[in-house]
Amino acid sequence: MSAVLFFIAAIGAIAGAIGVVTVRNPFYSVLSLVVHLICLAVLFLLLRAEFVAAAQVVVYAGAVMVLYVFVVAYVGGGEQMLGGPVLRVLGTLFALALAIELCIATLGSALKGVSEKGAPYHAGFGTPAHIGTLFLTKYLFPFEVASILLLVAAVGAVVLARRRRGLEQPDEQFELRIHAPRPAYTGTMAEAAGTRIAETLGEPEVERVGSTRDGQTREGGW
Amino acid sequence: MAIGWYLSVSAIIFCIGSAGVLTHRNPLVILLCLELMLNAANLALVAFARMWGSEDGQVFALIVMVVAACEVTVGLGLIVAIYRRRMPIDVDELNELQG
Repeated sequence: MSAVLFFIAAIGAIAGAIGVVTVRNPFYSVLSLVVHLICLAVLFLLLRAEFVAAAQVVVYAGAVMVLYVFVVAYVGGGEQMLGGPVLRVLGTLFALALAIELCIATLGSALKGVSEKGAPYHAGFGTPAHIGTLFLTKYLFPFEVASILLLVAAVGAVVLARRRRGLEQPDEQFELRIHAPRPAYTGTMAEAAGTRIAETLGEPEVERVGSTRDGQTREGGW
Repeated sequence: MAIGWYLSVSAIIFCIGSAGVLTHRNPLVILLCLELMLNAANLALVAFARMWGSEDGQVFALIVMVVAACEVTVGLGLIVAIYRRRMPIDVDELNELQG
């Protein structure tokens, strides 16, 4: 039973990986990677790594892939671009050579100690309780470093991808819509904040959103 | 199943990922292929954890997943920033750091 499940999951994982590389549209590459990740989670379950499998499905196939899908939809992927013919042939040859070498190393005679059934199973192996105990005792420092790394990456991504003022030409329609006089008490955000109470016609007090005050473009830096 | 089978699946996935990184020019697909390579390493780590009967390898795999998530966040942020600056999303064109 476990052998059947292993081969199904392994073939699914390898097919998903091949799909990521060969499919022309990046959007379908992302979907193919989701299939690959779920098959890999099944392999993790077969290796009795329950917590890692759950984290794989929730974090990877759930969260990270949604990020990918949004960015592909935003950027628009477009046509798949491949390198030049020399690079394509060389890259494929390199990968084939690496695959043959690694398969000889793992299945052949080089690593005799590897080809065994593994250690006997003891109760609670790979459960969240065991992993959590390890994280809070033996691997406390890597755990804290990982949390700081996540914080740095989140801040860095926000700084990198934020909308820079003045890079685009100010949108005239958007400006007009902001500055159009609205009747009072129509439920705008400015009223809720208390800046537009008893608004009369004239210069609205809503701050401009789209650009700087004089419409001049500012230099945006990295 | 013997551990060697898991290791050979991991090796095949790693090679597919490396071929993708070498042959593609779209940074989005290159990031996806990097994910493939990291996942292959994860599979090998979990297989070795099973072989030795200790959970340390699984802890390593979780840390690798954290690092992969960070890499994806920063990489996708860079791609969005490049797209906003109306530059071509192509690693052959974007070969210098100066914007």
